[in-house]
Amino acid sequence: MFEVLQSIIPTVLFYSAPLILTALGGVFSERSGVVNIGLEGLMVMGAFVGIVFNLTFADVFGMWTPWISILVATAIGAIFSIIHAVASVTFYANQVVSGVAINMLALGIGVYLTKVWYDKGQTDMVTQPFYTTNIPVLSDIPFIGPIFFQGVYITSYLAIVLAFVAWYVLYKTPFGLRLRAVGEHPMAADTNGIKVEKMRYIAVILSGVLGGLGGSVFALTIASNFSHSTIVGQGFMALAAVIFGKWHPLGAMGAALFFGLAQSLSVVSAGIPLLSDIPQVLLLIAPYVLTILALAGFIGRAEAPRANGVPYIKGGR
Amino acid sequence: MTSNNKLFGILVPVISVIIGLLAGAVIMLLSGHNPIEGYAALWAGAFGDAYTIGETIRRSTPLILTGLAVAFAFKSGLFNIGAEGQVIVGWLAAVWVGLAMDAPMIIHLPLAILAGAVAGGIWGGFLPGFLKAKLGVHEVIITIMMNYIALFVTNEIIRSVLTDQATSTEAIAGTASLASPWLQSITFYSRMHYGILIALFAAFVMWFIIERTTYGYELKAVGYNRHASNYSGMNVSKNIILSMVIGGAFAGLAGAMEGLGTYGSISVMSGFTNLGFDGIAVALLGSNNALGVVLAGLLFGVLKEGAGGEMPTGAGVPTELVDIIIALIIFFVASSYIIRWVLLRFKKEEK
Repeated sequence: MFEVLQSIIPTVLFYSAPLILTALGGVFSERSGVVNIGLEGLMVMGAFVGIVFNLTFADVFGMWTPWISILVATAIGAIFSIIHAVASVTFYANQVVSGVAINMLALGIGVYLTKVWYDKGQTDMVTQPFYTTNIPVLSDIPFIGPIFFQGVYITSYLAIVLAFVAWYVLYKTPFGLRLRAVGEHPMAADTNGIKVEKMRYIAVILSGVLGGLGGSVFALTIASNFSHSTIVGQGFMALAAVIFGKWHPLGAMGAALFFGLAQSLSVVSAGIPLLSDIPQVLLLIAPYVLTILALAGFIGRAEAPRANGVPYIKGGR
Repeated sequence: MTSNNKLFGILVPVISVIIGLLAGAVIMLLSGHNPIEGYAALWAGAFGDAYTIGETIRRSTPLILTGLAVAFAFKSGLFNIGAEGQVIVGWLAAVWVGLAMDAPMIIHLPLAILAGAVAGGIWGGFLPGFLKAKLGVHEVIITIMMNYIALFVTNEIIRSVLTDQATSTEAIAGTASLASPWLQSITFYSRMHYGILIALFAAFVMWFIIERTTYGYELKAVGYNRHASNYSGMNVSKNIILSMVIGGAFAGLAGAMEGLGTYGSISVMSGFTNLGFDGIAVALLGSNNALGVVLAGLLFGVLKEGAGGEMPTGAGVPTELVDIIIALIIFFVASSYIIRWVLLRFKKEEK
């Protein structure tokens, strides 16, 4: 049992981290009333920027390269998400359509520039990815240490810490209250002097920040290079985690961990008795089936923020 | 105002396409390519000779159908983002019938096509439509999730049911094939097939249902105002489910075109075909109207086929330029509010 846990839990943390980060971005955006199907595209952008920066500056920054890469990816993700904000907040565009366009645009730009810069469809492997480490002190705790804190990526814990930060921001600060108010009843929020458009811009940009972070963490821990098939569906899985987690940061984290478990089981299950009998396809589709069941009300009802997806037109009713 | 709306209905897509192409030219300039050479190569790739024209038509066929799938659902206020999954199951079902049966062509081919449509209709229409109508679950999320389920389950069926762990099925029986030696011979052996006729017929069917039947009227009414339709005695749930089913059937047909016409088999897919997502762009650009969808489908077929020809090899412009252009076109159409605003400004100044 101990060995099984020791092989599964680090893998779960490894697969979940990018999902948690991106899902948190989705929570911010959707809580403010802007549907974000573009999470996938934001991750693509993050992965692309993270890899390209890492490849270009590995000699300059040495062992700090991956950290600086994810910071740069975060910044570019934020800038890229402004397109979605402008279209869906200022121009009242259909938010789902704009999100679909974000996905196409990110992949188009990423692969286009990869071909222009590297003359082939995929980049080289990065030389400075994130490596697993033992977390000092904590990894020496008997039993818990080897399971949770040995041979893990620090980025996994960064993701979990950020989930708690997001919870604190959304539920314990005036900013969070305003953001949620804008997503539930923008007109009431507006009458109370909250700037609806500004809040929504901030929320969408935060989703760009976290989506870019999630994509770059995925690229620098799991993929190690960028091509058209680096990010295939992780963004949509993060979106599923947002909904399965009932639009709550900690719920989204839990859902992302659970989806990470399903993904890692499909990888490690071969070595574990009982699990090796489950067809892999069931583990692959589990996150999506569970999300549908959650939405249909079989696993606790998932209620979206009331004004989710509705553009706010001042003076409209 | 009505004539104004009609004018805008045509102007907004046209302006969006022009801005999109201009943006594409700017991107080529910025990345050190010659835009004139790039677009010339794209043109040659789409219309250079009979072969490329045949391939362009072949490429447009499923795009028209997925465009119809999205547009039809949109008429009743629903967003079918699941065309992708419906294409995959339609493709699978059509090929399955093409492989499993032994019958004369006059039975086999229609049956295989029908199987694709039915599979798409059930997958994309019935379940999401039902959940939407009865439980009020948002169809966008459900259909996205079902895209992935379709992808993984189809791959599993190809591997373990249709073949013995192979990555591709055998070719379908000749009696279920849409391929046409005649069309191939006049287009220098391109993969053009009779599917384009089915796509055009489907567009006609959509126009007929929407514009000439009571059901189409109800469907539009439900799209405009669900509560008013309910109050005036229309069965809103039935209309929602039906419009998702018919939309799904169009997407399933698109898959059948790929399975029975272009490829004649189905292979394990590592990712989506993107036909469904492009269908959203097609529907949007075509203003959700049957003729518009046909034109938009042809345009995207031209862009996509043209990009695969001499553009990357001759002019050195990566194929993905077209994806960027299409994404930008969607942004412009979706943000048509701003285009309308600018147009109205111009009008006022003229006066």
